[in-house]
Amino acid sequence: MAQEDIQVNKHQLNKRTGNNMQFLSFTLGNEEYGVDILRVQEIRSWEPVSRIPNVAAYEKGVVNLRGSIVPIIDLRERFNLGYAEYTQLTVVVVLQTGDGNKIRITGVVVDSVSDVVDVDKARIQSAPDFGAKVSTEFISGLVSVNDRMVMLLDVDKLLKLDDVTQDES
Amino acid sequence: MSIDMAQFHQVFFEECFEGLEAMESGLLNLDTGDIDSEAINVIFRGAHSIKGGSGTFGFSNVADFTHIMETLLDEMRDGRRQVTQAAIDVLLGSVDCLREMITAIQQEQDVDETRVAEQKSALEVELYGSEASVEPSPVNHSIAMETPVAMSEPAPAQQHEHQGYEIAFTPYLTLLQTGNDPVRMFRELAELGELTASVNVQDIPDFYELNPEACYLAWDLKVAGDIAEDEVNEIFDWVKGDCELEIQSLAAKPVKDPVAHIPAIDAETLSNTPESGISEPAAISPPPVTEDAVNKMAPQKAEPEPAKTVTKSSSTIRVDTAKIDTLINMVGELVITQSMLSLVGEHFAMNKESQLKSGLAQLERHTRELQQSVMNIRMLPISFVFSRFPRLVHDISSKLGKKIELKLVGENTEVDKAVVELINDPLVHLIRNSLDHGIEMPADRIAAGKPETGTIELRAYHRGGHIVIEIIDDGRGLNKDKIKAKAIEKGLIDKHSTLTDKQVFELIFLPGFSTAEQLTDISGRGVGMDVVRKNIQELGGNIEITSELDKGTTISIHLPLTLAILDGQSVAVGDEIYIVPLVSIIESINITEKMLNRVAGKGETFRLRNEYIPIIRMHEIFNVQSAKASQLAEGIIVVVEGQGMRCGLFVDDLLGQQQVVIKSLEANYKRVEGISGATILGDGSVALILDIPGLVRLSNR
Amino acid sequence: MASILAVDDSASMRKMVSLTLKSAGYDVEEAVDGVDAFAKAQSRQFDCIVTDVNMPNKDGITLIKDLRLLSNYKFIPMLMLTTESGAEKKQEGKAAGATGWIVKPFNPDQLIKILKKVLG
Repeated sequence: MAQEDIQVNKHQLNKRTGNNMQFLSFTLGNEEYGVDILRVQEIRSWEPVSRIPNVAAYEKGVVNLRGSIVPIIDLRERFNLGYAEYTQLTVVVVLQTGDGNKIRITGVVVDSVSDVVDVDKARIQSAPDFGAKVSTEFISGLVSVNDRMVMLLDVDKLLKLDDVTQDES
Repeated sequence: MSIDMAQFHQVFFEECFEGLEAMESGLLNLDTGDIDSEAINVIFRGAHSIKGGSGTFGFSNVADFTHIMETLLDEMRDGRRQVTQAAIDVLLGSVDCLREMITAIQQEQDVDETRVAEQKSALEVELYGSEASVEPSPVNHSIAMETPVAMSEPAPAQQHEHQGYEIAFTPYLTLLQTGNDPVRMFRELAELGELTASVNVQDIPDFYELNPEACYLAWDLKVAGDIAEDEVNEIFDWVKGDCELEIQSLAAKPVKDPVAHIPAIDAETLSNTPESGISEPAAISPPPVTEDAVNKMAPQKAEPEPAKTVTKSSSTIRVDTAKIDTLINMVGELVITQSMLSLVGEHFAMNKESQLKSGLAQLERHTRELQQSVMNIRMLPISFVFSRFPRLVHDISSKLGKKIELKLVGENTEVDKAVVELINDPLVHLIRNSLDHGIEMPADRIAAGKPETGTIELRAYHRGGHIVIEIIDDGRGLNKDKIKAKAIEKGLIDKHSTLTDKQVFELIFLPGFSTAEQLTDISGRGVGMDVVRKNIQELGGNIEITSELDKGTTISIHLPLTLAILDGQSVAVGDEIYIVPLVSIIESINITEKMLNRVAGKGETFRLRNEYIPIIRMHEIFNVQSAKASQLAEGIIVVVEGQGMRCGLFVDDLLGQQQVVIKSLEANYKRVEGISGATILGDGSVALILDIPGLVRLSNR
Repeated sequence: MASILAVDDSASMRKMVSLTLKSAGYDVEEAVDGVDAFAKAQSRQFDCIVTDVNMPNKDGITLIKDLRLLSNYKFIPMLMLTTESGAEKKQEGKAAGATGWIVKPFNPDQLIKILKKVLG
């Protein structure tokens, strides 16, 4: 069980001042990504999952999150960034997706969580074509924070894997 | 004051539907020959409550409509009107119409005005005879109740020059015993204008004769100011009949106004002045549902999607308070056990082991009881489904010209809400079948030496962990030879096959089989018994037929009590654990290589009592890397049946049997082939529940 | 704080009455019919009874009649909620001992206004 769950206090983070947005940034290998902080439900440490048969390898399985069955997706594998050994330090970011109609919860495995960054919306650049390495369809923009480049992920697109994987299986 | 009336709407709608159901069943049971006044009273009360509520919550079209029904029922109740079949039919139609209206309002759709107008005029014809326009007053009258009438305007012009009123008020001795208090009334008068009062004490008896509960005082009151007469009348409205009262307008003395000067006791006059002072509260302000209230409701249901409205209406459940009390007791017990255990844990020593053990045993018991009670909340009586059928039988049998009595038995048998919602359609289909094909025409029945009136019995009861629903008719029964002939004709069975009775009846459930020689609009609606069976199996149940020619047919449906819990067998495949629904397991066996048959290209089968059963190797089909047993002899075969297909699941080991709570995999994830859901095991980890028919399909690829 | 017993077999009306009166600061208890109300009225003293007329088991008029026989409800204001606009029901109610009536449909403001009258 995850003992050091960090409950993200949304009320504190909810204050979007003017044109600023807040992102939770995390690393995958040498790259840094960000997700809209309002989509983050909580951050947990890795725990063993129950494997789901006959689905894509990056869909690691499901866990019991306070009585709900929540799928866990490995973002490294999803982005073809290679494999990493899971340790007690591996982090799962639990994200909310979907519209107001139906909210779904998904956990994504990342190497480590780095920071909460304030970003001026005007400074977000649209994503250039990266070539084959990372599919740009999930990247909603780029922003530079302290000279580091952070790729901002479109959570809904990223986790709308349903149809894609169903076709594969 | 800002009470948001919209918050009561949902409860009101539910209440309406319940009321309508009660009215419907009451009307269906109403025997035109022998009138039971209590039975009519129940129907009346349904209409009455809907009218009262709809007026209050601002659904004036519903109020208007129910008003006519109520009037009609009121006359029937008082015996002023004969209860005729025609009247019952019009009322039944009105119940339907009302249900449509309320459903439309609930889903925020437009009410079908033409339909309502038609039904309304049918009611009026019934109420007033064919010339409905002769006495339209009740309709207008009820509309007047909802419309903001400009009562607050100082009424008739001739009384404009008010100086005030002189009031002679002599209460009868018993006035106080109605809960009315002269002081209260004077206070109200004082609010209208300047009040001067002189009290007359001459009637007070000697001290020894004085009854402290009686009112001996009388007053002469004068209230000055430009005051509408209705306002003064309203204050004394409640005490009319309990006092002598004379109200005189000071300036308007010469004006003969019948309302102002009537002695208050005259109740007849009162009844003839419709609603003047009496309903003044209703008239002062606009109808209760203001735009504000509607707007407040709007954000909650911004979703225009029709599917959403459906889920919304079924997302609440009305729970008997007794069930909630039990739950609260249970939680109390649990808290006590918990504190006891933490006490033991705080200073734990080996000598406290027995204490710990008994505490844990208690915890287990309470948890189990709590689980049962929580599940119990979802349980509804099957009457929620059954209550619709008398109407169905009534309508269809009259359409077919058959005489049929429907008996309901065990309506209070409780079953999970989800089952209640899903079992309706299959039952409708089966009952239509019985009506259409089962029960014979009256003449045929008499010829066969049976009573003219056929009987269909709908019975529900609990057996084991299941609910059994039976549909028993005393109709013509199933003709085995015909069924067989048809199955042969359709190529479903071999000409020479010998079948037991049970197997013959089973044929009906095969896709593409229908016993009806011609499809009628009653039953043959494009779905066959195969669909009925499939639906019931999807609920985790099964269906069986027994029948005797010329005697009747019994259809039994077995369903799990709840869809939220299932009895499962845990099996190990490598280091993974899966749950096999116990209901689908036939047996578990060890097999030897000798029993195996390998059919080229068709996989493996084994022979079990003259039957060849295909083997599904779970570790292969689910790609389990860690599986221990690859030789069939090393593992175990679990023989399961799903949708009429048998197969053997090859797993490493059998673990325990347990009740598991079914969790949706789709809520956050997606549908996975061969998996029907998930559950959480004792250690907090997730185990997947196998979907047997899905597995069979998967293995056939 | 005055205590009121709200009696109605219709849950929506009962909730409406109860919530309205609660929001006006009264202590409100609910009863689902005359039988329930009579039992509750005996278990504690209410300062006012607001009851529907047409109810199963025991109707409002019988309830009022029965309550008036209890010494501690002899002078308590009892109001009936009635859709019956005809004088007949009202007279019947008065004969049973009703203080007054509130004609449906009414809105929360009217209800509070009337309750303020009888409770002061």
